[in-house]
Amino acid sequence: MAAITLKGLKKSYGTAHVIKGVDIDIDDGEFVVFVGPSGCGKSTLLRMIAGLEDITSGELTISGRVVNDLPPKDRGVAMVFQSYAIFPHMTVRENVAFGLTIAGASKAEKEEKVGEAARILQMEHLLDRRPSQLSGGQRQRVAIGRAIVRKPQVFLFDEPLSNLDAALRMDMRLEIGKLHQQLGATMIYVTHDQVEAMTLADKIVVLKDGLVQQIGSPMELYHNPANLFVAGFLGSPSMNFLDVDVKGVNGQKILVSNAALDPVEITAKTTGYTVGGKAKLGVRPQYLTPVESGGMLHGSVALTERLGAETVVELTMKDGNRLIAALARDAVFPIGAELGLTFDPAQTHIFAL
Amino acid sequence: MASKFTRSNGTGWLMAGPAAFLIFCFVILPFIAAIGLSFTNQRLVSPNPTEFTGLANYSQLLGMGMLHLDPVKDDAGNLVLDDAGQPKLPELRSFTRHNKDYPGIDGMRELFSFASGEGRTYVLARDVVFMKAILNTFIFVIVVAPLQGGLALCLALLINQRLRGINVFRAIYFMPVVVSIVVVSLLWRFIYDGQSGLLNNLLGALSFGTLPRIDWLGNASTALGAIIAMSVWQAVGFHMVIWLSGLQTISPTLYEAAAIEGASKWQTFRYITWPGLRNTAVLVLVVITMQAFGLFSQIDVMTKGGPLDSTQTIVFQAIQRGYGKQDISGGSAISVILFVIVLSVSLIQRWLTREKV
Repeated sequence: MAAITLKGLKKSYGTAHVIKGVDIDIDDGEFVVFVGPSGCGKSTLLRMIAGLEDITSGELTISGRVVNDLPPKDRGVAMVFQSYAIFPHMTVRENVAFGLTIAGASKAEKEEKVGEAARILQMEHLLDRRPSQLSGGQRQRVAIGRAIVRKPQVFLFDEPLSNLDAALRMDMRLEIGKLHQQLGATMIYVTHDQVEAMTLADKIVVLKDGLVQQIGSPMELYHNPANLFVAGFLGSPSMNFLDVDVKGVNGQKILVSNAALDPVEITAKTTGYTVGGKAKLGVRPQYLTPVESGGMLHGSVALTERLGAETVVELTMKDGNRLIAALARDAVFPIGAELGLTFDPAQTHIFAL
Repeated sequence: MASKFTRSNGTGWLMAGPAAFLIFCFVILPFIAAIGLSFTNQRLVSPNPTEFTGLANYSQLLGMGMLHLDPVKDDAGNLVLDDAGQPKLPELRSFTRHNKDYPGIDGMRELFSFASGEGRTYVLARDVVFMKAILNTFIFVIVVAPLQGGLALCLALLINQRLRGINVFRAIYFMPVVVSIVVVSLLWRFIYDGQSGLLNNLLGALSFGTLPRIDWLGNASTALGAIIAMSVWQAVGFHMVIWLSGLQTISPTLYEAAAIEGASKWQTFRYITWPGLRNTAVLVLVVITMQAFGLFSQIDVMTKGGPLDSTQTIVFQAIQRGYGKQDISGGSAISVILFVIVLSVSLIQRWLTREKV
């Protein structure tokens, strides 16, 4: 089966270390998303798995076989590129059949398999067109068609939706999800878009500066981020971080406060807090609720964005910092108005500094 | 509202003016003059007034005829045999020189002949040298175009890699292009020298002296080949650079996609590189063909059309007639013929390589 393991994988260009030792286990049939900001090495890691980049050190196995030094074609992978990489001088049919042509498949076999791939991707009517006559979404469909026609065990997607507009991106996202269910193959998907990561993944790998920050299911990462970076990276709008002073430590219970925050007791998952020390308190905008009077956080409204079903309020806190609250309803807040907010301490995250 | 572009048209013409004026004076005007002169008997220097002669120059250059000669028979009707025991043919000269019964082939000479029936059929040309020049030029073009284009592509593929010192190779291959063809021709005359030439010495050393020394440029069977080899070598770097620029327009992702799909080196070339070079290929082909039709400097420096007219070319003939023999009208007619040939060949090439939808 097509399980993939990365053991201590490293990649350097001269003295520039791009991937600094990555360990990931990917089960057969799993949908794994590599996510991270630009330059975190996620694409490089994918290209190392594909065989398009050399592996400096470490071990890569696919289906239990070490493939470090195998050329791409012997790794049994298919890849979909951000720029589609469909061959401009071939028709859609020839593009989709390319892998079969290379392998010397018969005409009948090509016809059948291309037909099947076209049916899955609903592009039968496009088969005789040339790439220049296709829209971006159609081109990406062709690229996916070329990947699935050989029935590989592993699919690699390198930011496949980045060049599409928002509406199309959502459609294609759903289709890729469906495709995964239909084919049951192992898929590795690279993106910088956390929505794609959250919606598609069985398992998310968050990368930063060539290092894995956290691996887990989307909800695990969302509710239990391992560090500040993961906490800030996932979720939209991103998590608020309050600089707080530690006022008291009682086992797992930490009492914190700052100029804008009334003292509140938080249950920490880690240790290392000392009274008088500093910490960061993370609160997701969705878990902040405005209250008529009182409240635990105080500030004045600086900006509101009314999206209909949601209202995003930006506040300037008493200590001068910024805070974002996202309310799941339409509401009007005059700019400059004083606002008190409350939250459930159990829904917050505290990070020692 | 008129855009700045259309409003500034005056400035545009002013800027293009000097170049347009020079092109008109030195390209378009001489070209029109050549067409005009080709219908006259204009000489470079002549006391006689110029006369309009119609197509006389063209029929002089291109006039061809055919003559079938049967073997001579004696009064009894038996074949007369010559000294070698072959059936004797009547003298060709007796038909082409002042023979009132054959006015159409008067003054023509034998281009080539072949046996037919009992006798021989002669293909005659009014200007045998010019016919040879056309033939040689076509041989040159037909050999040089694929050879130079193909070789240039091979070099381009070789140097289109990220290797240490690859620029040294690029420079080496490109160097002959920078050197004037006249200088190159002079140098290669030494290489091809029959006695102590580099090529003969090299071949002699490699074969331990068993290969005889060949006067490459002095031998009718090797002269054109020698000039072809040198010409290919000289300009291959130029076309290599054009191929290289074409290669670099092909997206690297396409190669990556092909690698993942399992394409071999040859398949990658066949399915990705070659189709991607389509437009470049047309350009290279047309440019080489046009340059090859203009073959002159090499001939002028190395062989002057000899030996035995084996390296006569169309342009060399045009120059030799126009200035060597002071027959400007004849030279003009040759230029016009060359123009028509090059134009039609280019159009045929464009048609053959058109985008098929």
